[in-house]
Amino acid sequence: MLEKIKSLREKAIQELEASADSNSLEEWKRTYLGKKGFVTQLLRQIGSLPPEERPKAGEAANLLRDELTQLYEEKASAIKEAERLQAAKAQAIDVTLPGRRPQIGALHPVTQTLREIIEIFSRMGFGVYEGPEVEWDEYNFGLLNIPPEHPARDMWDTLYIAPPYGKDGNMLLRTHTSPDQIRVMELTKPPIRVVVPGRCYRHEATDASHEWMFYQVEGLAVDKGITMAHLKGVLTTFVREMFGKERKVRFRCDYFPFVEPGADMAMDCIVCGGKGCRVCKFTGWLEILGAGMVHPQVLRNVGIDPNIYTGFAFGMGVERIAMLKHKIDDIRYFYANDLRFLKQFRA
Amino acid sequence: MKVPLSWLKDYVEIKLPPEQLAYKLTMAGFEVAEIHRVGELWDRDKVFVGQIVEVKPHPNADRLTIAVVDYGASELVEVVTGAPNIKVGQSGQKVALALAGARLVDPYAPQKTYFTLKPTKIRGVLSPGMVCSEKELDLSDEHETVIILPDDAPVGIPLADYLGDIILDIEVPTNRPDCLSILGIAREVAALTDAEFHPPIIDYPEEGPEAKELVEVEIADSDLCSRYTAAVVLGVEIKPSPYLVQRRLRAAGMRPINNVVDATNYVMLELGQPIHAFDYDKIRGRKIIVRRAREDRTFTTLDGITRSLFPDTLLIADAEGPVAIAGVMGGMESEVTDKTKNVLIESANFNRVSIRRTSRLLGLRTEASLRFEKGLDPYLPPEGGKRTAQLIKEWAGGTIAKGLVDVHTPLPPRRTITFHLSELERFIGISYPKEQVSSILGKLGFELKEEEPQTYTVTVPTHRGDVTEPADLVEEVARIAGYDLIPTEMIPAPSSPQIFPELLKWEEAAKDVLVACGLYEVKTYALISQELLDQFGLSYPLPLLSVANPMTPEHVFLRPTLLPSLLRTLAYNLRFQDGVKIFELARVYLPRENDLPQERITLAIAMAGEAEELSWFGSSRRLDFFDLKGVVEELVERMGISNYQFIPADERAFFPGQTAWLKVGEDTIGILGKLNPDIAEAFEVEEEVFMAEFNFEALASHASSRREFKPVSRYPAVVQDIAVVVDEEIPAEEVRKVIMEAGKPFIRSAVLFDLYRGKPVPPGKKSLAYSLTFQADDRTLTDKEVTKLRERVIRELERKLGATLRG
Repeated sequence: MLEKIKSLREKAIQELEASADSNSLEEWKRTYLGKKGFVTQLLRQIGSLPPEERPKAGEAANLLRDELTQLYEEKASAIKEAERLQAAKAQAIDVTLPGRRPQIGALHPVTQTLREIIEIFSRMGFGVYEGPEVEWDEYNFGLLNIPPEHPARDMWDTLYIAPPYGKDGNMLLRTHTSPDQIRVMELTKPPIRVVVPGRCYRHEATDASHEWMFYQVEGLAVDKGITMAHLKGVLTTFVREMFGKERKVRFRCDYFPFVEPGADMAMDCIVCGGKGCRVCKFTGWLEILGAGMVHPQVLRNVGIDPNIYTGFAFGMGVERIAMLKHKIDDIRYFYANDLRFLKQFRA
Repeated sequence: MKVPLSWLKDYVEIKLPPEQLAYKLTMAGFEVAEIHRVGELWDRDKVFVGQIVEVKPHPNADRLTIAVVDYGASELVEVVTGAPNIKVGQSGQKVALALAGARLVDPYAPQKTYFTLKPTKIRGVLSPGMVCSEKELDLSDEHETVIILPDDAPVGIPLADYLGDIILDIEVPTNRPDCLSILGIAREVAALTDAEFHPPIIDYPEEGPEAKELVEVEIADSDLCSRYTAAVVLGVEIKPSPYLVQRRLRAAGMRPINNVVDATNYVMLELGQPIHAFDYDKIRGRKIIVRRAREDRTFTTLDGITRSLFPDTLLIADAEGPVAIAGVMGGMESEVTDKTKNVLIESANFNRVSIRRTSRLLGLRTEASLRFEKGLDPYLPPEGGKRTAQLIKEWAGGTIAKGLVDVHTPLPPRRTITFHLSELERFIGISYPKEQVSSILGKLGFELKEEEPQTYTVTVPTHRGDVTEPADLVEEVARIAGYDLIPTEMIPAPSSPQIFPELLKWEEAAKDVLVACGLYEVKTYALISQELLDQFGLSYPLPLLSVANPMTPEHVFLRPTLLPSLLRTLAYNLRFQDGVKIFELARVYLPRENDLPQERITLAIAMAGEAEELSWFGSSRRLDFFDLKGVVEELVERMGISNYQFIPADERAFFPGQTAWLKVGEDTIGILGKLNPDIAEAFEVEEEVFMAEFNFEALASHASSRREFKPVSRYPAVVQDIAVVVDEEIPAEEVRKVIMEAGKPFIRSAVLFDLYRGKPVPPGKKSLAYSLTFQADDRTLTDKEVTKLRERVIRELERKLGATLRG
């Protein structure tokens, strides 16, 4: 019996080694380990052996069954692995082929920049207001402390509305978002913290840094105890949120008729880091916005007592911010709407 | 304002290097746009002050001479020159001598080009250097003659030490006309650098007759002229000004004319008071009348141009007629010429508004009008007149008449401001030491009187018309002390929530949806042309808003629609790519009588060309109506709107069979469809163009971010397909509505998955195949129930629409 087991073992191992795929392996399994397989039959025969042979033969047969089962499993996993590899090879694709990208458009870079600006100020407690683009001369200039024929009017070349709607220059396209300071203060009472995004217009020839239509964001804060230190705080925070924590800012005196004291804010040049280059005109500084404390006369014009309240205001050109952020060297790209330009701002 | 430091030094000590001075001025509100260095390239060992010892004839050329020049070296140098002001036989002139190796400007190059001087043989004579013109030294464009320096120029010193200079180009803010002067800037520098300020001393002998016996002045229109002073200098000799005066004028950006005219310009630059000099003998009747033009219609200014006057134009007239346009430009008839012997000096104060209007109406801006229109110090004219007389006497000789004729309206009182030092802290956020405040204001010319501790009465200097209230004084202190000193503090949070426009939220949400739908956002100009409007052929109830002073015919009308701009943008981009899908969300301008226009937020979409970007897996398909409609449906639903519908539309700008109105509830929101091909063609687009325009405000008024939750059924859904044949005219939406009605209460959806025409469907008919989904919330539907509903759907389709079940 033991001989028989031995020769069965040799034959089984030999055939197992010869099986090359899962079909022949399964065939082998049926032949040896199946219900009617040789090993199963062998085990059944143990019972008919003389009692003294049974323990040894039984043990040998069981060992054979365990050994073959183990060998089968090893072989099965080897074949499975080989077949998996083979299948993978057959189904291999060129993974460097471009993917099926969903077709998604993009927001105009001015919209993106506006959102970023508004978001930064909203985190500092500023709301949003939007005013009309066609404005009364009185709001665009008069109530901002710039009466007719004031020399400061030359700071804004204005597009006026023709009759029958505009009469003697009383209606115009706003030259800045500053008239909305007046509108906000007429609409709500202090405490005021608001930014005003919007299109503005100037009678101006276009070049790489000037457009006759552009966006501004105006800012206004009016409350008890607002100081220039707060103005510096808010605007410094803005610049660092927008352009990076390491930015240096510079405030200098500047003149706008509707603020007193007036200021202009610059940041160190993001291109050269302040060493001086073409972008900063070799000054090391980039002017970002005009600002100042709301002129007491402007507060009086809207019925706010300047002895009780103070405020600050600022205004910035959105395209300029976007140009600095994305290193765009010509403002005329914004309203040419060339998709080859717009597609670069898929953010 | 161009400020030569050599001139500035006359009135204030310059303690800082130019860059630091420029920085200080910039920080204090006077931005230095440029620092120009005169003589930067004049090598100290190659360009000298020289003196001509002898001028010899050139052996081979009549028009050339040989100048023998002493420049302090042990040997003289002989240079060839063609200058007409260096003549044979002359000697003693001081010249600018350049030797080999000097870098000079090529006078004949069309653009400024530098060259390095080399010893050259000129017509057979070796010239080791040259005597230079202003152009060669980059001083001006003057190249007719060479520079003749003043007699006291020290021979042998480097020219850079004699003529070299630094010029600050300063942007003076419009509220500071007092600083459109060297003296004004000097006052600022004194305050900024804590230096002494020395205004020029105006003092001279008055040897002539009484001025008031020589000229009578009458201000007829005192509303436009608050002060007019006249000084007279008799017996002048007209000639060029001293060379260094000419240099100062040129450095400050003005052209030297003659000694008298130069004196007027010099004083304007020095004090900021515009001055005009008349030829006294041309003033008829020895009388000056300051009056409006009234019936005078034309006048010839000294530039030779005859100009039309307006009745309100302020003139200076003599007994017979106008002699100058006040504050703008003098007349040709009375101008100072080579023959002038006696000079009348005008130094006046004119109404700034009047000067500004006149200058604008005439299209004539002069150095004088630029200053007058900003409002000048009414106390300044006498000083200006006297200073001019002093300089004329110095440069042109003559005798100065005694006194001035000074006619004026009552002078405004000196302005005083009560200033509490606490105002500084209230505006700035920090306090400033009392001593610093009084020192800064004092240096700037303010007089302070302490009324009680921390409270001053501040008397404002007359040249500071811009300072009217405490906030102005706060700025003076803060800017001179420096904004750098102001701390950076975070603003406290507002005690109440701030406003935010509801509409803006929807605008931004809509943009995000459209971008996700594959569209690019564009922003186009709000002003459009007549041509663009005509091409669209739209009509409007009221005349459109337009700009009175357009820059070009391209940008005249405030657009009542976004479609033309968007189509143009589409057409432009189709030149570079096969498929374009864009949108704009912007305002259109709808006129209202006697009010600002309505500015309505409008959404427009345009698409044309390939539906998909070119790819290795894609298929080629042209965009069509349903691409556009799909985007609109997506947008509308994402805005939480469900009660919308599309109704066939017939509008001129669109193609009739492929156009629909979008309605929400009872509101017509806008239109979408295929653009009229004639319009597309006018924009040179051959593609089919699909466009939409919606009143976004109306759309947003229906929007909601609330979605009513419906429980998700836990029971299985039953899906059944049906295909029905209906008449071609029956809209698919009708079929769907009938199905949804008949399938109640368990029908959940009816999705059209096939639209078929052709055999075996008879002509004039179409087959629509729907996938119907039935489901109950509380149980599993039985086959019987589903079959019953399906049959009812078919029955209703037959009854209402004459449909037949297919196959």
